[in-house]
Amino acid sequence: MIDYNSQINQEVLRLKPSGIRRFFDIANEMEDVISLSIGEPDFSTPWHVRQEGIRSLEAGKTWYSPNRGFMELRQEISNWFDRHYGVQYDPKTQVLVTVGGSEAIDMCIRTLVNPGEEVLIPEPSFVCYVPLTEMTGGIPVVIETKAEDQFRLTAKALREKITEKTKLLILPFPNNPTGAVMRREHLEEIAQVVREHDLMVLSDEIYSELTYGSQRHITFSSIDGMAERTVVVNGFSKTFAMTGWRLGYALGPEPIIKQMTKLHQYAIMSAPSMAQYAAVEALRNGDSDIKYMRDQYDMRRRLIVDSLNTMGLSCFEPEGAFYVFPCIKSTGLTSEEFCEKLIYAEHVAVVPGNAFGNCGEGFVRVAYSNSINNITEALHRIRHFLSTL
Amino acid sequence: MDNLLNLLHENARLSTAELAVMLNKTEQEVKDQIAAYEKKGVICGYQALINWEKAGDNRVTALIELRITPQPDVGFDAVADRVMHFEEVESVYLMSGAYDLAVVVHGNTMQEIAAFVARRLSSINGVISTATHFILTRYKDGGVILNPLEKKDERRQVFCD
Repeated sequence: MIDYNSQINQEVLRLKPSGIRRFFDIANEMEDVISLSIGEPDFSTPWHVRQEGIRSLEAGKTWYSPNRGFMELRQEISNWFDRHYGVQYDPKTQVLVTVGGSEAIDMCIRTLVNPGEEVLIPEPSFVCYVPLTEMTGGIPVVIETKAEDQFRLTAKALREKITEKTKLLILPFPNNPTGAVMRREHLEEIAQVVREHDLMVLSDEIYSELTYGSQRHITFSSIDGMAERTVVVNGFSKTFAMTGWRLGYALGPEPIIKQMTKLHQYAIMSAPSMAQYAAVEALRNGDSDIKYMRDQYDMRRRLIVDSLNTMGLSCFEPEGAFYVFPCIKSTGLTSEEFCEKLIYAEHVAVVPGNAFGNCGEGFVRVAYSNSINNITEALHRIRHFLSTL
Repeated sequence: MDNLLNLLHENARLSTAELAVMLNKTEQEVKDQIAAYEKKGVICGYQALINWEKAGDNRVTALIELRITPQPDVGFDAVADRVMHFEEVESVYLMSGAYDLAVVVHGNTMQEIAAFVARRLSSINGVISTATHFILTRYKDGGVILNPLEKKDERRQVFCD
């Protein structure tokens, strides 16, 4: 009998499993559950985009793409990014098409971080940064963001965690799970520290098109002097409701993208070709789809924030992504208890905040990527749940 | 304020408070706008969308094509006006193409609808012919799928232990 644990890489064995899964499994067993736990759009990919994917299959264009992605797509990414955020990247040397934003994050961390170097990770945030850092031998250093700062990263909190080993700062905004965004003035403040301490930055901007209110997203690479030390990660999943197509990209300085491409070439080869053909169409003709989806999310966001606050689950108004992050401390329950009781009693699934870092304890993540009818019903159930506590 | 109409079209039971929050308006503004839409006839009514089959009511529905002779000055309107006032009639449309009016009719039995067509519709002055199509299964109505084969949210958590 093989002792598999002794055969497996010890670092992999030590990785903590993601905490999001458990409630989904419970939810899956129930008939009438409303899941506000899922981190993906409820919209299907716009039809004209799907059609381009289908057309590529019909034409039999089923071969590998170049490692970096089709030149046509890289050109469109470059145009689109410039049009939306005002920063130019050379499609030949500064764009890498990846299998979702996730691969771009992995490639970037592996390319930049040496063993023993520290990676600054604001939390609560998406669950992948810590494990991916650990796999490179890097040391994850968590920076806790706070509700009173609207879950923004502040220069003060950043400075406190910098040591001579600090290599990379991860900027996960607009933020999953809190919905926090960084305005220009906040980014300027961070850029100042980055400059002083000669840091590199991975700016995960996958939710960049989902910001609400009059101000649109500002990319970190548009801040003075930051393009040369930033790898921007973005993709098609959230912007164009294309999660299942698995397509993202990294933009950055040529020498970094070059090394990331080398790694990508050995690990992945190239992103799915069908998805790339569809993505070209999305970038060329998808602006109205983005606006439509953003408007829908925005209405739901207002409803859900207002209702939760009225119920006494205080939440700051999230300005990005499609999550609200209410504080549930007033119930006297832990995040896990709250979620577990809620799903068993009312068949509503949300995710405990501590799945996104210890400092998420006392909060839950509620995704509003669901229909208004489902959201209103879920809110009724949550209200009823609170009255029974 | 088209979003107001879209929201009500999707769910007419949303309260004015909920609508106001979603649309970033005051409750009074929403009330006023709804009242204005009602007065103008933009909003003509509020109904529940009922799956009668599940309610145990085996009513029969038919779509009837009417060909009619247009009349001086009023064209098709005079016949349409007579047809739409029958209480069995749910909807009446003037159509382009091979026939003129499409009439949706409810009845308790097929015989009842047959009698309605024979005695009341076809006897109207100007009606040249009728063709009655009985509706066998209602898959989707008013934008809602009535008996979805797959009810569950197919999206899943991507993180497994």
